[in-house]
Amino acid sequence: MSFLGIEGHDRADLEVILDLADEFTEVLNRPIPRVPALQGKTVAHVFYESSTRTRLSFERAAKALSADVMNFAPGGSSVSKGESLKDTVLTLKAMGPDLMVVRHGSAGAPTRVAAWTGLPVVNAGDGAHQHPTQAMLDSLTIRRRFGKLDNLRIGIVGDIRHSRVARSNVAAFTTLGADVVLVAPRTLLPVDSREWPVTLSESLDEVIGDLDVVYLLRIQAERGGASVFPSLPEYVSRFGLTNRRFAAMNPEAVVMHPGPMNRGIEIADSVADDERALVLDQVANGVAARMAVLFWLLGGERSG
Amino acid sequence: MDASDIRRALHRIAHEITEQTEGADGVVLVGIHTRGVPLANRLRDAIGSFEEAWVPVGTLDIGLYRDDLADRPVTNLAKTSLPVDINDRTVVLVDDVLYTGRTVRAALDALADFGRPAAVRLAVLVDRGHRQLPIRPDYVGKNLPTAAGERVSVHLEDTDAQEGVWIHQRGEDE
Repeated sequence: MSFLGIEGHDRADLEVILDLADEFTEVLNRPIPRVPALQGKTVAHVFYESSTRTRLSFERAAKALSADVMNFAPGGSSVSKGESLKDTVLTLKAMGPDLMVVRHGSAGAPTRVAAWTGLPVVNAGDGAHQHPTQAMLDSLTIRRRFGKLDNLRIGIVGDIRHSRVARSNVAAFTTLGADVVLVAPRTLLPVDSREWPVTLSESLDEVIGDLDVVYLLRIQAERGGASVFPSLPEYVSRFGLTNRRFAAMNPEAVVMHPGPMNRGIEIADSVADDERALVLDQVANGVAARMAVLFWLLGGERSG
Repeated sequence: MDASDIRRALHRIAHEITEQTEGADGVVLVGIHTRGVPLANRLRDAIGSFEEAWVPVGTLDIGLYRDDLADRPVTNLAKTSLPVDINDRTVVLVDDVLYTGRTVRAALDALADFGRPAAVRLAVLVDRGHRQLPIRPDYVGKNLPTAAGERVSVHLEDTDAQEGVWIHQRGEDE
């Protein structure tokens, strides 16, 4: 059993993971924030895309469960000598890990790794496809703030087309009962978004007063996100969470962002530092959510 | 044991705890999930009924410390919460049935992650024998000699519909 995407998991699965994560947030606040639950297990981190924060979060999660960690990054390895992904992961498998955490620039790579190795695999982000642990930590952050996701109005704003975070979060939020509205210029919506269980809007001003959560995405210049609208100032004027728009939000509503933030573009500097911006809660909850996923896959019978 | 046997046993244990700790001074009761938690609450109430003391009660889920984790399905974890700093206090672990001792071993490991108590004591409603580890209870509601093939079930009103202690043959319905 692997955790490759939110799709394929029902509400009960997601809630088991969130309930576990709730208990792991308590573990992380103990004087000794470590439990022996995965003692003797080894987790291999296979990161073909550089991502310091996600890898550190997974590493912290594995170590808080007393698992051992192997880190693999292609720079300086045999990948630069032309080794294929399949040969690389089979080589790593021969070293005996119990689970692989895979990040790769190509959609579907973690699924292939799971098939080749027969190991449980956690998708830590594959291209513009899925980033399911991000969706779990975001769901956890919202649930801890509001108690539940049912009937919350969540607006995901920005470069949705290039965002695996958006794809996974839409699946998780709607499975957990929230209403999701995607707010973006048409050029930054995925071609198939009309088939998603969401509503679409091209005006942040029209929806901002109705939202409980304003979830901002970064303009992903490295995936071509900056080339599809006329200019950054125009993007900010229509989709940026400026001070004026922040003031128009429901006073209970919160702001989230998966990081790294571009201050002054999708989020105003002072908004990013407001206590209703949960960005650092998201990071902290990321460790607990990843502990929950690792424990869910490796703790107990499912591993057999 | 029926409901009144359980009540009398808990009152006796409450008296024993206060006697040995000079009025439950510095005592923390820690219930092990599931049924140790209501038992710990009842011990606190019993102590409060005759002593000027309201003993803090914590809860412990030892699921992450089990030595047989690989053989068990993932179940939801219950709340672990220690309301006070356990350093230099006397912790009384409370559980319903003492059997192999492995649950208590796991609970001792978990407690060590929270601090260094002055002493750790063990209170159980039923001691059914068959220890696999060098662990013994300090306070026992009832010693219940059993065969390994038998099962002891404790039901409490807080967690179950009825109240009492029963012995079953394995495979028999409760």
